[in-house]
Amino acid sequence: MSEALLPSIWFFLWGLVWAIYFALDGFNLGVGMLAGFLPQTEQKKLISSLGPFWDGNEVWLITAGGVTFAAFPKLYAVMFSSLYLPLIIILLSLVFRAVAIEFYHQSEDRNWQKVWATTLSVGSFLVALLFGVAFGNIFQGLLLDNTGYHGSIFSLLNPYGILTGILFVLIFAYNGNLWFAYKTGNDKGFTIAKRIYPPLLLAAVLFLISTAFATNLWSNFLGLPLLFVVPLLAVVSLLATRMLLGGGQAAGSLLAGSLTVLLTVITCVIGLFPNMFPSKINPVYSLTAFNASSSPYTLKIMLVVTIIFLPMVLVYQIWHYKLFAPARVDEESPY
Amino acid sequence: MDAVLLSRLQFAVTVGFHFLFVPLTIGFALLVAVMETLYVRSGDTRYKSMAKFWGKLFTINFVLGVVTGLTMEFQFGTNWSEYSKFMGDIFGSPLAIEALMAFFLESTFISIWIFGWERVSKKVHLFAAWMVALGTHLSAIWIIVANGWMQNPVGYVLRNGRAELVDFVAVVTNSYAWHMYFHVILSAYVLSGFVVLGICAYHLLRGRHVEFFQKSFRFGLVIALIGVLGVALTGHFNGQKVARVQPSKFAAMEAIWETGREIPAYLVVVPNEESESNPVEAVGIPGLTSFLAFNNSSAEVKGLKDIPLAKRPPVALTFWSFRIMVLLGIYFLAVAAFGWYLQAKNRLLDSTRFLKLLLYSIPLPYIATNLGWTVTEVGRQPWTVYGLMTTAKSVSPAPASNVLFSLAAVIVLYSALVGLDFYLIAKNAKKGPEPISEAEDDSTVVRPEFVLSSNS
Repeated sequence: MSEALLPSIWFFLWGLVWAIYFALDGFNLGVGMLAGFLPQTEQKKLISSLGPFWDGNEVWLITAGGVTFAAFPKLYAVMFSSLYLPLIIILLSLVFRAVAIEFYHQSEDRNWQKVWATTLSVGSFLVALLFGVAFGNIFQGLLLDNTGYHGSIFSLLNPYGILTGILFVLIFAYNGNLWFAYKTGNDKGFTIAKRIYPPLLLAAVLFLISTAFATNLWSNFLGLPLLFVVPLLAVVSLLATRMLLGGGQAAGSLLAGSLTVLLTVITCVIGLFPNMFPSKINPVYSLTAFNASSSPYTLKIMLVVTIIFLPMVLVYQIWHYKLFAPARVDEESPY
Repeated sequence: MDAVLLSRLQFAVTVGFHFLFVPLTIGFALLVAVMETLYVRSGDTRYKSMAKFWGKLFTINFVLGVVTGLTMEFQFGTNWSEYSKFMGDIFGSPLAIEALMAFFLESTFISIWIFGWERVSKKVHLFAAWMVALGTHLSAIWIIVANGWMQNPVGYVLRNGRAELVDFVAVVTNSYAWHMYFHVILSAYVLSGFVVLGICAYHLLRGRHVEFFQKSFRFGLVIALIGVLGVALTGHFNGQKVARVQPSKFAAMEAIWETGREIPAYLVVVPNEESESNPVEAVGIPGLTSFLAFNNSSAEVKGLKDIPLAKRPPVALTFWSFRIMVLLGIYFLAVAAFGWYLQAKNRLLDSTRFLKLLLYSIPLPYIATNLGWTVTEVGRQPWTVYGLMTTAKSVSPAPASNVLFSLAAVIVLYSALVGLDFYLIAKNAKKGPEPISEAEDDSTVVRPEFVLSSNS
């Protein structure tokens, strides 16, 4: 086996896990952002519709963290300690997001519910925005040299980072509204989604263009043009979701919206390869799949474990989605 | 304050809060699965009602366990980056496997358990309950395999400037880890048992749902007794392991200063770190410590004075944590045994004082389990990985101000959430079981039920 093969496989598995996390939790975060702005009846339905899903989706994030640690310990160490404050804020926001979903139903008191719905919205928004900002900065490279990271939370808030953050927020909010429409049959979900779409499209176009200037993500694609299929499919699904939405097909539209997230993240991951935490100062300081990875032995062990358990996870998670996703949350629902 | 101390405090706070929820998750998952098995086998809806009532408390508890665990997963990177770089080749895998093998299982099947009563068949629902129980027990294996490696590193070589894994099987079968595992799982049973007993006592004292809580009481008693006997036994073997593998921790646990043979065990000891002696030592049994540690009353036990000061753990904290944990363990044994006696004599309902004692004892196993981890972690100092890497060298280069901010945020926010969560658990516990209607029993109606632990 070539020396580069195992780290390369793990690089793409790593990217895939992140992509699945954003595709799945993305619409949950969108629902969360929306929840604070809805009147009581709709709010209740919407928040309760997250009940069966948020935890299983969040485990993809835990897995992303675990995979980063196991397969790329140096990346895990440098990335998470460099992005200390944003990551802490993301984690605490996720804590509040989950707690808000669960605590909301613990009392019928309207003020209690308002507090948790607002918490849910703020928490979900911060997670979406900061993950976007963080990944935007990873795409364009960070102030990293051989002595470590030299940026601050403010240096992360550069135009490209903010643009990626806004893109995350918009696409998640869009998908969240599709979920709202799908689960409750409420027209409001359709209406808001339609209103979010134009700014989303604008942000996506700006992102595609500025990626060419601010990052090196397109160079891998230029080297192997066949790869352009992936971003092309992302664009196709972004257009398809609007068409399906126009046809009133909430489920199809949501599927296409989530696929857009999945394919966009995979596009960026392909563009990054083999970089994982690139240095803006000098590429020699970049952390890559090859200089940050675990030993071949560890990678092999983990690959065996993954080949056994990942398909099992997919099978029972898909079964679980089939079981719970189609059900409408309606008036007879026992609150 | 420096970043090392702040990061240590943050780790202690986050893991301490996390571990307030973990043991109940482990024990209740098992209890609920057993109750539901009895329901499915006998068709007796009283067991269903029990599974639902205790299961509801489980779910409120579970959420906080999940979210406090999330920060743990990333904290090695944020605060202990040097550790993560040096040990990640070995330490990362168990964490990733824990997610793949256990967290997905737990999260998916807990959702089916909570929301699936009317969506899946009885048998599938029961299967979900057992998968949750399996998930919680598997999860504990992997995190303890990881921690066990920090206690007793095996299966590695130092290569390429880091510790590299060379024998995965050795890491997984690390006997130190398995000693810890059974001790932790059984202590989770003790905690769960005492929570059940305490809540039952609350209702029995008020004469509410007497049949329901008498029946539940027996479950609590059985799991508490199994737990407490097992904890004592595994604790003993655990101690023997510590004496061999980490003599400095053992010496601190027992406050042994001078190396010697035939080390006695004293009932009352007060150590003094500054004078490096025990000003108070009373009621000793000659050779007992030697015997307990090495099965030989004349065995040599290493004293703290033979360990350089820089390589000793904080003695007082380790010693008192261990002492109080053991005393609490003896208390649990006595209480559980007495409860068994009253139950057998059918005098439980008249023993109001005993029931009150049970109610007020609910916090004690929480204290005991966290003291146990204090012994494990503080007693391992100054090492993160025993003998391989010190805590001071493990910390991230992150500025102390960042850590101060996150530590303050974690303390304030977690305290609020944890307080609220215990309040909600108590509120639901006090409310008692909800009646199971006949119609609901064999219902095949598909009805959305998406509200976790609803208040209605």
